[in-house]
Amino acid sequence: MDIKKRESLDWFFKQAFKATGLLTICMLGGIFLMLLYNSIAFAMDIKPVDFFTGYQWNPGNANGKYSILPLLVSTGLVAAGSMIIAVPLGIFTAAFLSEFAPPKLQAVLKPVIEMLAAIPSVAIGFLGIVLVGPGIAKLFGIQNGLNALNGSILLAVMALPTIITISEDAINAVPKSYREASLALGADKWTTLFKVTIPAAYPGLIAAVMLGLGRALGETMTVLMATGNAAAMPRGFLDSIRTITATVAIEMGEVPYRTTHYFALFAIAAVLFLITLSINLLGEYFANRLRKFQA
Amino acid sequence: MADIKLSAHNLNLYFGTKHILKNIDIDFSKNKVTSLIGPSGCGKSTLLRCFNRMHDLTPDAKIEGILKLDDLDIYKKKYSVTELRKRIGMVFQKPNPLPKSIYENMSYALKLHDFPKNELPHLIESALKESYLWEEVKEELKKPAVKLSGGQQQRLCIARTVVLRPEVILMDEPCSALDPISTRKIEDLILSLKRNYTIVIVTHNMQQAQRISDDVAFMYLGELIEFDTYENIFKNAKKELTKNYVSGHFG
Repeated sequence: MDIKKRESLDWFFKQAFKATGLLTICMLGGIFLMLLYNSIAFAMDIKPVDFFTGYQWNPGNANGKYSILPLLVSTGLVAAGSMIIAVPLGIFTAAFLSEFAPPKLQAVLKPVIEMLAAIPSVAIGFLGIVLVGPGIAKLFGIQNGLNALNGSILLAVMALPTIITISEDAINAVPKSYREASLALGADKWTTLFKVTIPAAYPGLIAAVMLGLGRALGETMTVLMATGNAAAMPRGFLDSIRTITATVAIEMGEVPYRTTHYFALFAIAAVLFLITLSINLLGEYFANRLRKFQA
Repeated sequence: MADIKLSAHNLNLYFGTKHILKNIDIDFSKNKVTSLIGPSGCGKSTLLRCFNRMHDLTPDAKIEGILKLDDLDIYKKKYSVTELRKRIGMVFQKPNPLPKSIYENMSYALKLHDFPKNELPHLIESALKESYLWEEVKEELKKPAVKLSGGQQQRLCIARTVVLRPEVILMDEPCSALDPISTRKIEDLILSLKRNYTIVIVTHNMQQAQRISDDVAFMYLGELIEFDTYENIFKNAKKELTKNYVSGHFG
């Protein structure tokens, strides 16, 4: 092959790879623009004040109510609940894995935890309907187990692999010399873990929680199946709820094209997008700080 | 021979199948500085870490033999390793202050052993004074310890060990990461500490060994070759190997 040919081939591949990279950015930008465009159309119909205040999501007819609040509170409630369960569980599992588990157990546990992430969300939702939900109903003596608590438990299971994997990296990245310093002063393993290792790993642990939270906020199928589908303002974990994601998933299929309702679904999706985007960015920011710390 | 503070008899240590320390017999005298010298990989640090049971952390380390602090069997099952490490402190090669403030680095050690809260400031001040660090840090005890210079960090680590009033201080090349001036300060500190403590120090630096030691142990390939006063080791070593090493012919 002569040099000319090689150079042009080189140029071609360079451009091709650049194009694939740019394509990803274009997709993100495109999605955002589309959400924004439709949200603006929505703002023409309904005042943003009504959107962010009010208590009712009751779309469709001529004087439909379009308040995001019940959905937003539902989403927040179920995600917060899942974090209350998943954060301690995830961090302690990670600490156990990196500090206490014998290598053989580690070799089994790690792939199993990663496999947890591979379970389709519809299967977890199914589990919620037939197992966890009825369990909750029995435990609390209520009629309907399909509620926020049910969703929280299921989302916790789904967020766990993310939280455990990143937390474990963070804990592993704490220099051995810190542990040695603490142990040589006569601290036992537990004190060393809680007073030295975990505090030193905080940036990474925060990243783990943020990314887990992003996962919980964006999850759709599980919460759609297992939280009871009530688009009303929840009063507690035992109320049925409907998250933003579930609302879009359910209503988008039947909504008439380019109506207020149609635009409203884009608007709530845009709000969710902004929330998860900022949480992911925050998570990445802390994860990057962790990487610097490792170097 | 003076009082024996710390000793090892028939000590053998294996990492997995590798035989690292071979039949070590050694006695460290009370209130003296004993240097462990020898080429890299000869087992000096490994030997040092046997005495405060740091090898407990290495799953495949196997230790045979008897190690004693006074009459106490260091590896006796019932004796708590945390109590042992309070009595036998350790200073590491690289200064390793915890990512906390200067004050917290000191108070952390004290809180571990349930010293009364109201005594903490006083104990910390006197340990920092003893480590010649007080004057340099008394205005900024809340500052993160990692902001100190390397030499200051190492003196903080020594102070953190001293504050627990151990009986023995083990030092694993405490000056190898420091500049000559900081090294000098640490050496002065070691000499003043030996009044109250028994010190065992691993060093690669022959001049340092001569400046600070009372006794010197020369190790080679996991064996203790010669153990004597520093004059004898450096001026008339009995073994050819020792002579060659201290005169700089190898290692």
